[in-house]
Amino acid sequence: MFQSFLSQLITDMNWAALNNPNPEEKEPKSSDFYHLGAIDLPEKPRKIDFWRSGLMGFAKMKQQQQQLQHSVAVKMNSSSNEQVGNNKKGSTFIQEHRALLPKGLILWTIFVGFISRGIYQWMDDSSKVRREEVLVSMCDQRARMLQDQFSVSVNHVHALAILVSTFHYHKNPSAIDQGTFADYTARTAFERPLLSGVAYAEKVVNAEREMFESQHNWVIKTMDTGEPSPVRDEYAPVIFSQDSVSYLESLDMMSGEEDRENILRARETGKAVLTSPFRLLASHHLGVVLTFPVYKASLPKNPTVQERIAATAGYLGGAFDVESLVENLLGQLAGNQAIVVHVYDITNASDPLVMYGNQDEEGDTSLYHESKLDFGDPFRKHKMICRYLQKAPIPLNVLTTVPLFFGICFLVGYILYSAGVHIVKVEDDFHEMQELKVRAEAADVAKSQFLATVSHEIRTPMNGILGMLAMLLDTELSSTQRDYAQTAQICGKALIALINEVLDRAKIEAGKLELESVPFDIRSILDDVLSLFSEESRNKRIELAVFVSDKVPEIVKGDSGRFRQIIINLVGNSVKFTEKGHIFVKVHLAEQAKDGAESNGVVSEDMIVASKPSSYNTLSGYEAADGRNSWDSFKHLVSEEELSLLEFDTSSSNVRLMVSIEDTGIGIPLAAQGRVFMPFMQADSSTSRTYGGTGIGLSISKCLVELMRGQISFVSRPRIGSTFWFTAVFDKCEKCSLKKPTVENLPSSFRGMRAIVVDAKPVRAAVTRYHMKRLGINVDVMTSLRTAVSSVTGRNGSSPLPLGTTKLDMILVEKDSWISTEDIDSEIRQMNSRTNGNVHHKTPKLALFATNITNSEFDRAKSAGFADTVIMKPLRASMIGACLQQVLELRKTRQQHPEGSSPATLKSLLTGKKILVVDDNMVNRRVAAGALKKFGAEVVCAESGQVALGLLQIPHSFDACFMDIQMPQMDGFEATRQIRMMEKEAKEKTKLEWHLPILAMTADVIHATYEECLKSGMDGYVSKPFEEENLYKSVAKSFKANPISDLSCSQS
Amino acid sequence: MLGLGVDRLQADINRLLTSLFHQGVLDEQFLQLQQLQDDTSPTFVYDVINIYFDESEKLLRSLRLLLMDREFSDYKKIGLHLNQLVGSSSSIGARRVRNVCVAFRSASELNNRPGCLRGLEVVEHEYHYLKNMMHELFQLEQQRLLAAGVRYPM
Repeated sequence: MFQSFLSQLITDMNWAALNNPNPEEKEPKSSDFYHLGAIDLPEKPRKIDFWRSGLMGFAKMKQQQQQLQHSVAVKMNSSSNEQVGNNKKGSTFIQEHRALLPKGLILWTIFVGFISRGIYQWMDDSSKVRREEVLVSMCDQRARMLQDQFSVSVNHVHALAILVSTFHYHKNPSAIDQGTFADYTARTAFERPLLSGVAYAEKVVNAEREMFESQHNWVIKTMDTGEPSPVRDEYAPVIFSQDSVSYLESLDMMSGEEDRENILRARETGKAVLTSPFRLLASHHLGVVLTFPVYKASLPKNPTVQERIAATAGYLGGAFDVESLVENLLGQLAGNQAIVVHVYDITNASDPLVMYGNQDEEGDTSLYHESKLDFGDPFRKHKMICRYLQKAPIPLNVLTTVPLFFGICFLVGYILYSAGVHIVKVEDDFHEMQELKVRAEAADVAKSQFLATVSHEIRTPMNGILGMLAMLLDTELSSTQRDYAQTAQICGKALIALINEVLDRAKIEAGKLELESVPFDIRSILDDVLSLFSEESRNKRIELAVFVSDKVPEIVKGDSGRFRQIIINLVGNSVKFTEKGHIFVKVHLAEQAKDGAESNGVVSEDMIVASKPSSYNTLSGYEAADGRNSWDSFKHLVSEEELSLLEFDTSSSNVRLMVSIEDTGIGIPLAAQGRVFMPFMQADSSTSRTYGGTGIGLSISKCLVELMRGQISFVSRPRIGSTFWFTAVFDKCEKCSLKKPTVENLPSSFRGMRAIVVDAKPVRAAVTRYHMKRLGINVDVMTSLRTAVSSVTGRNGSSPLPLGTTKLDMILVEKDSWISTEDIDSEIRQMNSRTNGNVHHKTPKLALFATNITNSEFDRAKSAGFADTVIMKPLRASMIGACLQQVLELRKTRQQHPEGSSPATLKSLLTGKKILVVDDNMVNRRVAAGALKKFGAEVVCAESGQVALGLLQIPHSFDACFMDIQMPQMDGFEATRQIRMMEKEAKEKTKLEWHLPILAMTADVIHATYEECLKSGMDGYVSKPFEEENLYKSVAKSFKANPISDLSCSQS
Repeated sequence: MLGLGVDRLQADINRLLTSLFHQGVLDEQFLQLQQLQDDTSPTFVYDVINIYFDESEKLLRSLRLLLMDREFSDYKKIGLHLNQLVGSSSSIGARRVRNVCVAFRSASELNNRPGCLRGLEVVEHEYHYLKNMMHELFQLEQQRLLAAGVRYPM
């Protein structure tokens, strides 16, 4: 009744757990009922609301269950955020100053602009300087030439003057008249190209006017009107004139203001004198009049002005056509168009008079050059100003260089800018990628965790379902109902198995799976695995065998559960895919395998090349994919073992084991071999249809093997079989011996026995021998039954066994050997009878090994004398032991409780014991009494410390006392102290040692309380309310410690 | 017909127990208690619970008296009583009673009279609720036993 409602309760209790402040307290107890279908449940079932939230959404779950798996995911997230932050901090200079990039470009452009401008300026300036230099030189050249031309003309006039003075005045009569003068001057005009004409005016004083007028037959006329001149002090009428200026004849030169001044100045200085420029009468060109004095007599050296005036005879004058002069001059020079020339008379500095040059023609006003002109007249000053006609053109090189420079620099700047922008972009992308990567990784972890959580949460209710189904199947059901329920259960189990695998996978991916390190016995683990598959292999008639090399230490430290899981997975696969032949699990040290492999390389090649022998030297005779387990290499392993057992390397602290699982199944298609270890990958989709399974197992195995610091690999040939092998590293554990009751204790009663194994197949024989060896039986292998029989009966003289010295206890025959040997039955029978008759020899018992046996074969075996037993394969040491015990009728030291279940043990511990329960609380008393009674104890109750003291007066018959601590009047500590005192007194009196185990009963078990318990002389404590396990622990401890109690603990 | 309601009764019992567990009135200690019951002591649970009710009744009465007293100051005694009550309640797995008793006890440790009065009320309420439920449970159990005991000749 209780069980049924209990299990119903369990699912509901998950709800109750919501209100339970401390769910962990009760979970372990109820969890016993959860482990129905699952192979391995490492974790306690968790609250069911978790499962719902797991479906509702990951985010929510995170918040709710932070203390659970998700905390890692959260951590991941936060750490990834930090990482991102760090990344941002670690960005480059460019990254940090990205905003400055466009500004930088603009600044650079402006800077380049300035530089370009500077360059322009510089080039422009230098060209200007050059231009100015050119101008200066041109101007000076022009001025010099003008001056030269002028002075040449003046010299000619000078020469003319000397001519006049010489021939007109010094000759008497005069050698010159108008005609001569005009002729001469006309003929020498080429020498004075700038003078339009020359004329000679004689100095006439008023006193001589009449005489002069009469002499020449004309009157002196004034220049402006042409009228006869009024009376003056002095006159200067023109007497000789060139033809070009013949109109000047008889005109008084002194009548013109300017001419008069000129004349006066000329006779005073004796030099050529110029007038200010004026328009010439004939050509309307600007011109000056040049006046030169002619003296009568030769002048003394350094003559005074008066002397000069007195000596003056006349004046020679000529109109100087400046404009023509300059025009001619410029015409002679190259590049005269390029510059504008102005000549000024600057005698009056404030009012310069233009002598040459068009005032409108300004030219380039920015640049000009002045050159002084000296025409020989000290009173007059002249200057020449030159300008360029056109403004300075911008030079072509400046025009090309500066924009080119600017362009190049700008481009360089732009390239740098775009490079910067590109770098920034790339770095941004990089950071983004990094962030995404972190997020992707986090998501991956989250996925795995989600998977782990969800599959875990599926598992919890699934266990409930399976449990309920199991219970349902226990009830009375109609066959249809049973069928339904069984189907449901099978489906549920499959689902659970799948979920477990997914959970494992997820756990591994989430990095949660940690291997434990506990000592375990590899051989017994392998036997366990074998026993799991024995049923199936027997049904399929395939041979399943395990062999562990002797070199492999008996006990290693590692994760036995995971090791087992890998082997179960691999063997399970093999069983699933094998229809005929064998599955052979072999464990040895990896170093051995290397040795084996060396010799093996040749062997396996031979195997393949060999012309298909009818039977292979493998376990079952079928061809295997990998030759490693064939006898040729195997015997190497076995013999090596026998020879070099002592060479066991003890230096390293761990061992590398190599496990290979060989089958003769369908093999793995070559195309699929590459993805065997990928999750959810099967050889092909048809595989899953034919054989079922998810294909996740191998990937988990791979992960597990890698966790064990090993490798996994396989060799497979389609239709021939596969051999999977993996290595795993375990810690050596020489000191630790297994005390756990789960370790299979092999019976030791066979030690020293001898047996003959008859098997034609050496590999199989070696396996048999291995198992026998574990039982302590010495084994000789014979290949044929006939030789065995003959050697036993001694009929054959050449006995390979020294039978006389050792007694033979049993003969173990492989079924195949027996079947194949015809007509042997009678001999066996004979042997049996013969040896039976022999008193000295104990009959060697006969046993038959068989993978499967038909009824007829069984009958034949019986008749042949294998009546003793048929040992069904797969072989396991414990099973052989059990069978042989049966055969040899050895007394079995059966273990009552091999599983060490505590209630039974507790019962054995407490049965018949008289126990005193001291508690003031009646209810507690009753419950404690009930519990103890249930375990077979006789219980006496006391409601207070005093009563207990009364009951415990020595001598008493109590075996133990359970004492409540919190009691009114006298508490548990006090009572115990008094009891101990009493015992002490009794010891002194009677010399008998009394020690009553006193166990405290307490509701709150904190450490301090426990210490106080021990201090007051108690032996231990039991937490209230009673829990079996707890109770058992304390009781076992204190009862063992009690020397008086004659309890025999069945655990030892 | 008599005897045919066994399954139904069992289901009722289970339902009742489930609801009690749900509400947190009982905890797994009660299951332990039930496991202690076997053929040698078929009424073990019933006995224990009855003792519990008797004892608790006394304690509650005494508590009420103590607290009703005008010039009362014996908080220590209240504490002792409550210890008893807590101990026995946890022994039978009466979880809610135990929890409210613990709260009550802490109030008494602080000499908090109003808190104590309130605690007492709550404890009494929980206690009566438990008692009712237990009565119902035992009644069902009895019926079930009756029904299970009936055998019809085939």
